[in-house]
Amino acid sequence: MAEEIAAAVPAQRLNPHTPSRLLTGARAGALLVPTGAIAVSLLLFGVFVAFARINPLAVYGYMIEGAVGSWFSIQNTLIRAAPLVLTALCTALPAQVGLMIIGGEGAFVVGGLCAAMAGVALLHAPPLVALLAMAAAGIAAGGLWIALVGALRYWRGVNETISSLLLNYIAIAILNQLVEGLFRDPRSLNKPASPSIGDGHMLGNIPGTEIHWGLVIGIVVCVLAYILIRHTTIGFAARIAGGNPRAARMVGLPIGKLILLTCFLGGAAAGLAGAIEIAAVQESASADLIAGYGYTGILVAFLARQNPLAVVPVAILLGGISASGGLLQRHLGLPDAATVVLQGMIFVCILASDTVYGRIAWFKTAEAGR
Amino acid sequence: MIGESIGLWSVPLAVLGGAIRVSTPFLFVSLGECITEKGGRINLGLEGTLVMGAMSGYAVAYLSGSPWLGVAAAGIVGALMGLLHGTICSLPRVNDIAVGIALMLLGVGLADYLGKPFIQPAAPQLPAIDFAWWSTSSQLREALQIPGLFLIGAALAPLLWWALRATRWGLILRMVGESTDAARALGYPVIAVRIIATCVGGFLAGIGGSFLSLYYPGAWSERISSGQGITAVALVIFARWNPEACFYASLLFGGAGALGPSLQSVGVHAGYYLLNAAPYILTLLIMIVTCSPKRTLIGAPAELSITR
Amino acid sequence: MAFDRLSRRRVLTSAAALGATTALATSWPLRRAFAADTVVGFVYVGPHDDFGYNQSHAQGAAAVRKMTGVKVLEEENVPEDVAVAKTMESMIEEDGASLLFPTSFGYFDPYILRAAPKFTKVRFEHCGGLWTPQNPMNIGSYFGYIFEAQYINGIIAGAASKTGKLGFVAAKPIPQVLQNINAFTLGARLVNPAASTQLIFTGDWSMPIKEAEATNSLIDQGIDVVTMHVDSPKVVVQTAAKRGAMVCGYHCSQAALAPDAYLTGAEWNWTDLYPKFVAMWMKGEPIPNFYRGGFKEGLIKQSPYGPKVPAAAAKRADEVKAALTAGDYVIFKGPIQDNTGKTVIAAGDALIQTNGTDIKLEAMGFLVEGVLGSLPA
Repeated sequence: MAEEIAAAVPAQRLNPHTPSRLLTGARAGALLVPTGAIAVSLLLFGVFVAFARINPLAVYGYMIEGAVGSWFSIQNTLIRAAPLVLTALCTALPAQVGLMIIGGEGAFVVGGLCAAMAGVALLHAPPLVALLAMAAAGIAAGGLWIALVGALRYWRGVNETISSLLLNYIAIAILNQLVEGLFRDPRSLNKPASPSIGDGHMLGNIPGTEIHWGLVIGIVVCVLAYILIRHTTIGFAARIAGGNPRAARMVGLPIGKLILLTCFLGGAAAGLAGAIEIAAVQESASADLIAGYGYTGILVAFLARQNPLAVVPVAILLGGISASGGLLQRHLGLPDAATVVLQGMIFVCILASDTVYGRIAWFKTAEAGR
Repeated sequence: MIGESIGLWSVPLAVLGGAIRVSTPFLFVSLGECITEKGGRINLGLEGTLVMGAMSGYAVAYLSGSPWLGVAAAGIVGALMGLLHGTICSLPRVNDIAVGIALMLLGVGLADYLGKPFIQPAAPQLPAIDFAWWSTSSQLREALQIPGLFLIGAALAPLLWWALRATRWGLILRMVGESTDAARALGYPVIAVRIIATCVGGFLAGIGGSFLSLYYPGAWSERISSGQGITAVALVIFARWNPEACFYASLLFGGAGALGPSLQSVGVHAGYYLLNAAPYILTLLIMIVTCSPKRTLIGAPAELSITR
Repeated sequence: MAFDRLSRRRVLTSAAALGATTALATSWPLRRAFAADTVVGFVYVGPHDDFGYNQSHAQGAAAVRKMTGVKVLEEENVPEDVAVAKTMESMIEEDGASLLFPTSFGYFDPYILRAAPKFTKVRFEHCGGLWTPQNPMNIGSYFGYIFEAQYINGIIAGAASKTGKLGFVAAKPIPQVLQNINAFTLGARLVNPAASTQLIFTGDWSMPIKEAEATNSLIDQGIDVVTMHVDSPKVVVQTAAKRGAMVCGYHCSQAALAPDAYLTGAEWNWTDLYPKFVAMWMKGEPIPNFYRGGFKEGLIKQSPYGPKVPAAAAKRADEVKAALTAGDYVIFKGPIQDNTGKTVIAAGDALIQTNGTDIKLEAMGFLVEGVLGSLPA
C-alpha cells in the first residue's frame, strides 16, 4: 500500500511549474499527502464496491450529491460535522502533551447530562442565562471527567488510553441510570428521558440555514485552541512536554499542570459539544446522547494530525461521508456500514501516508529553499 | 434439563458459569495482544479483528456446515488483519495506536458490510464438554458445560507463559520488545518479528471472535461485541503482560459481567445499569490501586509506545 | 375507524404539490425519476432482518412494495439523533417521498415533531407515538395492542410450564414493555394462579450478550418458559432452546430458530396495515391521526402453536383469542393489585383496549401481582 500512496502523491502535482510562494514545500506536503491518501482510499473503496457489482462511478456520484450536491446536502454535511469539531479536540489537545485519550464519548455524555440538569433547573431563567449555564455545566463536567484521566495518569501512572475508555462505559451507565430513575421525566413514557430544557431555551439556527450555532461555536473554539497551542507559552510548554518529557522535566516545566490543563480543556470541548447537542438538537437528556460522536472525534483528531485548525475541514469531510450514506443505501443498495468502511480506509491510508512525509525529494528541496 | 430453584446459590453459580462463558473472547484477545505487545507493538484494532472473526467464523461455519472450519477461518482472517496492522506500523513514522483505532473502525465496518447476508441464517454451533455429568443439579451442569475453545485458551495461557520465558522464540520476542537496538545488534530481524507477533495476536483475536458467534451468545449480529475486544486490550495492561494473569483477569471480567443479570434474577433490581458496568468500574479501580507513577510497570515491554 | 376530518383537505393539496417537490429534486444527472409514483419511505433503527421489531416493519414495507404506482425507499440502522432528522428530510427533499414510516419509537420526540411543521405536505406515520391534537395534523401515530398476544402467550406458558415459574427478558422499564410483562403474567395466572414471572431488564434494546446472560440466569432459577421484549429476540430464543427451556416469541415468528422449544409468539401484522394506509394516502383519503388496535383490528397476530403446547391450553387460548377478536374481552380489568399489594385498578374499573386515546393504558407504570421484579425509582 505504501507504494500506491507514494505513487499517488506525485500524481497530485503533475504540473509543479511554479510552486506558489505561499505554498511552501512543507505546507504543500501537509496538504497534498493527505489529499493523495484520500484519493487512494476512494480508489480502494471503488474497487471494494465493484466486488458487489456496484458501479464505483455511481457511488462517487451519489457521494458528491449527498455531501455537497445541493444546499440541502451541504447543510446536512455541516450539521453532522458540528459535534465532531469539538469532540476531536478531546483527543487533539491532550495529544499535545503526548497523551492518547479516547474518552471523548464519556465527556460528551456527562457534558450533555449535566447541561440538561442545568437547563432543567433554570427553566424559568432568561434564555441567555440558561444557555450560558448549560454551556458552563457541560464544560465543567466534561473537563473534570477527562482531567480525572490526566490526574490518574500523572499521580497514579494509570494508562490514560485505557482509563478514558473505561470511563466511557461508566459515563453511559450513569446517564442511563439517571434518565430511567432520578432524573426521568414521568411524562417521558416510552422513551425514558430527562425533563425538557424548554423550547424557548433552545440554541437556534444560523439565520437562513438549518444549521445550529453549535457549528460556529465549534469553529471558534478550534481557532482558540490553535492559538493556545501555537502562539502561547503554555502551548509551547505543552508541546515540549509532549515531544520530549525528559527535556521538559530538566528545564523544570510543570508537567503535571500541563497534563491536567490540556486534559481539562479537551474534555471541556467534548462536554461543550454534549451541551450543544442538548441545547440545539435533543432538548432533553436520554440514551440518544450515546451517538458515537466521541468515537468519531478520535478519528477526526488523528486525521487532522492533532492540529485544532485542521480538525475543522476533516470534520466536514467525515460529515459529508455520513451525509451521503443515506443515498448510497437507498439507491445503490449499499449497506449502511459502507460509510464506516470508507472512513476506515481513509483513516488507514492517511496514517500510512505519514511515512512519506519529508521523504519525497520535491518537498525536501522546496523546504530547503525556503 | 430444568431443575429446582436453588435461590441465592444461583448467583455464585451464574458468576462461575458466566466467567467461563463470557471470558473466552477476552481470554483469546488478551493472549493475542500479550504476544503482540511483548514484541513492542500495541494493536488497539483487535476490537475490529474480534468482530471480523465473529462474522467470518459464522459465515464459513454456515456455508461449510462445520463450526471448526469457521474457527479456522476466523483465525486466518484475524491473522490477515494483524498482518495489515503489522505491515503499516512497520513503515517509519507511523503511529501504532492510531493505526489500531483505524483498523478497529475498518474491521467493524467490513464485518457489518460483509455480514449482512448472515444475520438471518443459523450456523452450526461449537460443542461443549459436560464436566458435571456426575451432578443432578441442572444449574451446576450448565455452569460446567465447558466449551472446547475455553479449554484451549486455558491451556494456552500457561503454555504461552512458559514459551515466553523459556524458549528461544520467546526470548527473541521479548528482546525485540525490550530494545530494538539490542535486538538489531544481535542480528534479529526486528520488523519481521513484530509483524509475526501482530499476526499471531490477530489470529488469536479472530478465534476469540468466532467464539462469540459460534458459541456464546451464538449468533452473528451487528451488536455482537459490546467492546470486548478493546476491553481485552485493557486487560493485558491490567494483567501486566503475563499470560497467566490474562487468564485470571478474563475470568474475573467475565464473572463480573454475569453478576448484573444474575442478581436481578434473585431479586436485586436496583441500579442495573451500574451493575452492568461493574466490570469496567472494577478494572478502573484495580488499575488505580495497583499502578504507580514511581516505577515502570513490571513486565512492560520497554519499546511499547504506551509505556515510553 | 375514527377518521380525522381535518386532514382530508391537506391530503388533497399535498397530492398536487407532490409533483412539484419531485421535480425540484432532480438536480444530479444520476437522478432517478419517480415522478409518476407515490414515494413511501421506511426508516428502521436496526437491521431489517433482525428476526424482530425491524423485520416486522420491513415485512410491511415489502407488502407496500408489491403495490403498483408506489416506489418504496428503505434505510436501516438509522440512530435516533440528527441522523434520523436528516434521513427523513433527505427522503423528502432528494427523493420526493410524500409518506414516511419512521418506525422507531425514539424518532417521535423531537425529530418527527420538528420535521412535520416544516413539511406540511408530507405525511409522517409513526409507530407507537402518542399523537395529541396539539401535535401537527400531518403526523399519525399507530400502534398495536400487542399485549393481547402476550396475554395469549401467558396462557400457553402458564399451562405448559411445569414449575409455574416464567421468565421475562425486557429491555427498558417503559409502559409498552410493562403492558407486555403484565399481560403475560395475567394470562399465565389465568390458567395457573400460582404462576410467577421473574423479570430481568437488560437496559438496552439490542445487546446480545446481556440477553443471553439474562436468559441463562432465569433458567438457573428453575424457570422453564421464557419470553422477551427486546428488539431482536433471536438470542433469547436460541439460548432458551439450547438450555432445554420453552420460549414464547415476540415481534415476529422465531419458530424457525427453535421449532421444538417455541410455544407460540406475539407478532405484529404490519403487512395488512401498511398497504391499507398507503392506498388511503394515494386515493387522498384521510388517515387517522391516532390509530390503535389489537386482534380485532388485525394489527397483531399469534404464531401457530408449537408441538409442546398442551391441547387444553391451546383450546383455552383460542377461546380467549376469539373473545379478544370479537372485542368483548378486557385484560386489565379490576380489581388488580401490583406486586407490592397496592390496588392499581379498582374493582369495577378497567383499562379497556379502545381505539381512542386512553392515556391511562399507555402510561402503565406498575407491575402486577406475580411479577418478581421492580421498577427503578
